Amino acid sequence: MKKNLVLLLLSLTLLFSFSFAQEQASGGTDLNPNAISSETERLGSMLQLSDIPNDGGGGIEINWTLNDSLSNYFITIIRREGNIKKIVASDLLASSGQVRDVNSDENKSNVKDGTEYFYTAVLSEYAVSQEILDYLVCDSLDMEAMTIADANQVYLISDESGPVKSKASWFNLERLTVLISAIIITFLFLLYLQLARKGKELYIRKISGLDAVEEAVGRSTEMGKPIMYILGIGYVTDIPTIAGLTILGRVSKKVAEYETKILVPSYDPVVMTTAQEVVKEAFTEAGRPDLYNKNDIMYITQDQFGYAAGVDGMMLREKPGAVFLQGLFFAESLILAETGHSIGAIQIAGTTETAQLPFFVAACDYTLIGEEMMAASVYLQKDPLMLSSIAAEDVMKVIIIIILLIGLILGILGPGMHIEFFDKLFNLLIEIL
Amino acid sequence: MLKGKNIPLAITFTVGLIMIVSFFIPHRPFGDIEQISLKWYSIIAGFTMLLGVDSLLGLHFRKVKRKEENWIHSIVLIAGFVMVVIAGVWGTIQYGSAFDERSFFTYIYNYFIVPLQSTMFSLLAFFVASAAYRAFRARNVDAALLLITAIIVMLGRVPVGELISPYLPKFTDWIMEVPQMAAKRGIGLGIYLGALGVSIRIILGIERSYLS
Repeated sequence: MKKNLVLLLLSLTLLFSFSFAQEQASGGTDLNPNAISSETERLGSMLQLSDIPNDGGGGIEINWTLNDSLSNYFITIIRREGNIKKIVASDLLASSGQVRDVNSDENKSNVKDGTEYFYTAVLSEYAVSQEILDYLVCDSLDMEAMTIADANQVYLISDESGPVKSKASWFNLERLTVLISAIIITFLFLLYLQLARKGKELYIRKISGLDAVEEAVGRSTEMGKPIMYILGIGYVTDIPTIAGLTILGRVSKKVAEYETKILVPSYDPVVMTTAQEVVKEAFTEAGRPDLYNKNDIMYITQDQFGYAAGVDGMMLREKPGAVFLQGLFFAESLILAETGHSIGAIQIAGTTETAQLPFFVAACDYTLIGEEMMAASVYLQKDPLMLSSIAAEDVMKVIIIIILLIGLILGILGPGMHIEFFDKLFNLLIEIL
Repeated sequence: MLKGKNIPLAITFTVGLIMIVSFFIPHRPFGDIEQISLKWYSIIAGFTMLLGVDSLLGLHFRKVKRKEENWIHSIVLIAGFVMVVIAGVWGTIQYGSAFDERSFFTYIYNYFIVPLQSTMFSLLAFFVASAAYRAFRARNVDAALLLITAIIVMLGRVPVGELISPYLPKFTDWIMEVPQMAAKRGIGLGIYLGALGVSIRIILGIERSYLS
């Protein structure tokens, strides 16, 4: 019994000693700068090169795949054009799997179309030092070498990949669906335009917010108060601001007819200048150019909350009878709308920012939701030719709803119920879209 | 024959068409047109800033000159404007950039403008409360539905919601991801089609309100 116990103890001691020795040995490899040298054979020609599709040229896409064990390593990409070498990217995480060598505003001829380029990857466990980066692009570096090393670590060099040439595309295939949609809507638009010219009556549903424009302007006139028109914090390149400016033209015409005053505090000087022109033309068209005052369309500031403070102050001082909030609004929307509510003004709001719509619905008397704002100009003018664009939009909406329904049915039958035929059709639809 | 209002209409049509073509053709020279026009816009916008400053200062100088109501506020504005301009120029001369951390311009930004912006932004909390109070008054079925949904979503977003029922946060997520998202996408669809309609009307010269 005793003998057995001694043997057992001896075996356990030996086992512990062996495990401890193994742990010591494996612990040491973490600090070994040559740890990645065992991966040397695996790199080979690891880079896949291709021209970036659907671009204007001057761009190469570089892809790579590595073992999961190397995902935390760093990768540096070197480009060779003849004898000239260049670092494309350094210290990228190997797991990123892709980098693009492209032209930039600073260097417009970085990648020249039609020129042959070769690429090499350098893999390292730690970030690459500047000395090594300089060495990688120097003439004396042998690109056939598989490793180089400095005092800190070993660098693995892949085989050179290439050649690859970049070229410009004549058509962006990714935008084919957009082109087809644009052709369909333009065709529908022209079709309804023709029908409108032939005298076909086109229907547009009632929009309460726009019916209230006349009421709001009339009420302000009766009260002897001005009208305030706020275009938000968008620029003249934003569609909601453009829509806001077209509505401003219609509202200004009514203001001129009622011989009252309109105030347009602006966030952007270009929008201010455009608004001045729009109001001036509207007053002229109404036959009252004498009532137009350039100083009523003024610049406030290009600071979001500075603008909100400025407009709020103006509202409290001038006490307008009607406030129009038409354009692009963000966090300042409720600050403006609540101040307008506090002074008892009729408020008609409209924006395309879905996140701000609830605030306007809560604080304003009328809110133009998204497309209603885009249709406002047509609605206020009621020109049959302009109505044709609304009819074309509606037909396009029906087409989109039909596609959505087809997608829904295919989605249920294909990925949902795993019927192979419908699954293929569903994937085809996704690919087309 | 191009005359009168036909000239801006022809310019709008040509530029609109070029921009559409450049959207689909990335090859030079079309592919660069968008970037070039954005640069042109930035240059023009830089000059229009002078018009903006002229409008702002002109308005306030007139107020001071005529001693209109609250004209003292206009003096504060003009003095503030002059002070910031001098600080900006002085910072550039002294440190090479007005945005240098040691410059008085940066000091003004950090200790005047940022607290003022924060103050305005924090007012939003009170405005949300007053607007929510009005919106959530259950006057009709729609308002009652809004009130119930808002209560569920608010409770589902705070830890106490999980304490009431572990299903509450999940139900909140479902509300946000399914009915809310469906409505949002529906509105979005209308907006994009509407924007397309506005663009076509302007390019084809049917929408002329900017010309009147």
